[in-house]
Amino acid sequence: MRATPSREVLRSWSPLAGIAVFAVLLLVVAPAVLSPFRLDNLAKYSCWAMAAVGIGLAWGRGGMLVLGQGVFFGLGGYVMAMHLKLESAGAGQVPDFMALYGDGTMPLWWEPFRSSAFTLFAIVALPVLIASVLGYAIFKRRVKGAYFAILTQALAVAFATLLVATIQQTGGFNGLNNFSSFFGYNLYDPTNKRMLYTIAASLLVAMLLVVFQLRRSRFGELLVACRDGEERVRFLGHDPANVKLFAFVVAAVMASIGGAMYAPIVGIISPTDVGAPASLLLIAGVALGGRASLLGPALGAMAVGYGRSTLSESFPTQWTYFLGALFIVVILLIPAGLSSVLPRLWAPLRGRVGPARRLRESGATA
Amino acid sequence: MTALDRPGLDYLEVQGLTVEFDGFKAVDSVDLTLLQGRLHFLIGPNGAGKTTLVDALTGLVGGTGRARYHDTDLLSQKAHQIVRLGIGRTFQTATVFEELTVLQNLDIAGGVHRKAWRMLGARKGVPSYVEHALETVGLSALRNRPAGILAHGQKQWLEIGMLLVQDAKVMFLDETVAGMSAEERDQTGELLKRIGRERTIVVIEHDMDFVRTYADVVTVMHAGKVLMEGTVAQVQANPQVQEVYLGRRVEHALEGGHLA
Repeated sequence: MRATPSREVLRSWSPLAGIAVFAVLLLVVAPAVLSPFRLDNLAKYSCWAMAAVGIGLAWGRGGMLVLGQGVFFGLGGYVMAMHLKLESAGAGQVPDFMALYGDGTMPLWWEPFRSSAFTLFAIVALPVLIASVLGYAIFKRRVKGAYFAILTQALAVAFATLLVATIQQTGGFNGLNNFSSFFGYNLYDPTNKRMLYTIAASLLVAMLLVVFQLRRSRFGELLVACRDGEERVRFLGHDPANVKLFAFVVAAVMASIGGAMYAPIVGIISPTDVGAPASLLLIAGVALGGRASLLGPALGAMAVGYGRSTLSESFPTQWTYFLGALFIVVILLIPAGLSSVLPRLWAPLRGRVGPARRLRESGATA
Repeated sequence: MTALDRPGLDYLEVQGLTVEFDGFKAVDSVDLTLLQGRLHFLIGPNGAGKTTLVDALTGLVGGTGRARYHDTDLLSQKAHQIVRLGIGRTFQTATVFEELTVLQNLDIAGGVHRKAWRMLGARKGVPSYVEHALETVGLSALRNRPAGILAHGQKQWLEIGMLLVQDAKVMFLDETVAGMSAEERDQTGELLKRIGRERTIVVIEHDMDFVRTYADVVTVMHAGKVLMEGTVAQVQANPQVQEVYLGRRVEHALEGGHLA
């Protein structure tokens, strides 16, 4: 029994191997074998995957069903898009749509986003601020379960509605589009598009590393403890609200960064990218991949993104039904997600699988 | 009063504690002094207010009156703050984290004494106080098993172990031996005697055999009030206690106990 520390250490580092394989596939293999068009799509999926990694932490580990991550995705997306819009317009100029829908004057709060530094700062700081205030109010009042889920979902709806209603300031239903350059790099140049992909893929890998560390940390154990017995955690001397708040804020920042990369990669950010359906697709990806696993949420979100593209090419109107059906099948048959299937197939080959491992990977409690 | 003034002796003093639910007084102006080093048992029929009393002292429900511990009124503190003062509890149904290992469960309990930023690091090795708790409650061999597979009695011991890691100076144990085998009860009793010397331990219990064997002091509650407090012998001899709590059937059992 005393020889276990080395094995324990080994097990705690083994997910790094998974991240390494994923990183090689994403950063070396994919650019070598995929056409620019496919690579561009993969860049888009990577943005969703970033938000999904955060959801995996908040939902899979923390038990918070965040149904409105589109809000934070959109926050980062719009902040970046505002900057790109101003950059495209040129110094002292006003974004084109403002002249089109309004009187051509720019609201004062757009002004700081001319600065690249401020924009990058805001992409991280804004979700931290908003998620902290929101999370503090929610968790200190002990709002949880379905009430929490509905609340976050409502926020996504409200945010999308707000954007549609403020056409003169945010471009309304059309959103913000037509960006020509990204921090000085021409966005029509294929080399720069590839650079965007590399940035997005690297950020995704970095986020996986962050979540890897958070999962194996004492905080990670405490987060799981909050998920499985919030009241009990109180009697360990911790305020579960603070533990959950931290995970919620981290998830918000990840979604925001994902959104910030989404805008230049796709070339548009609009209310449809941030509303309830968009938020639900993110959740669907996480559930599909396995919310409690490390790579599951990212892979799931990418799979849903891929399915969305391919199915919508062949079945422009019915594709959402396919996706919905897949979601239902997964939830019914493999509630812990596709990532739980592999270890289960693997188990007989290895002879046995410890109950600890099985329990850890099931993460079955919602 | 003299006992309370002795230096180095920890105590928790409850005065006029009342817990009301919509006009119903679940706990009705209870006075209670809990002293370090003695095993204090709370007994009483169902609905006597034993658990509610503990709930109020640990921040789970609000109450009026005073509960002084180290110059702090516990009634004004939140649950996690009370824990940080060194007061811990268990629940009637063991509430360990089933998906975490025995070791992780204990380690989490030690988090109270860690700085927040240190939480972002992984656990390296086994802290000595966790190792110590593992040995004290006898779960060393099961350290890497998920707590979910533990037997009922083992879960209760794990909870006590968590209180040890928490370094709780005052422990409230809610029906810890309920559902345990005779052997497990004895082990639990010996464990409490061992760890109780430098702690204040309060046990809510229904099992009279267990109370008889291990109690230093017994407080009998009835309908939210303290009926009496004393040694097991004093409590057993009290006709009022026999009448309102023990009833005829148990009275026989008690007499049997006397003879044995």
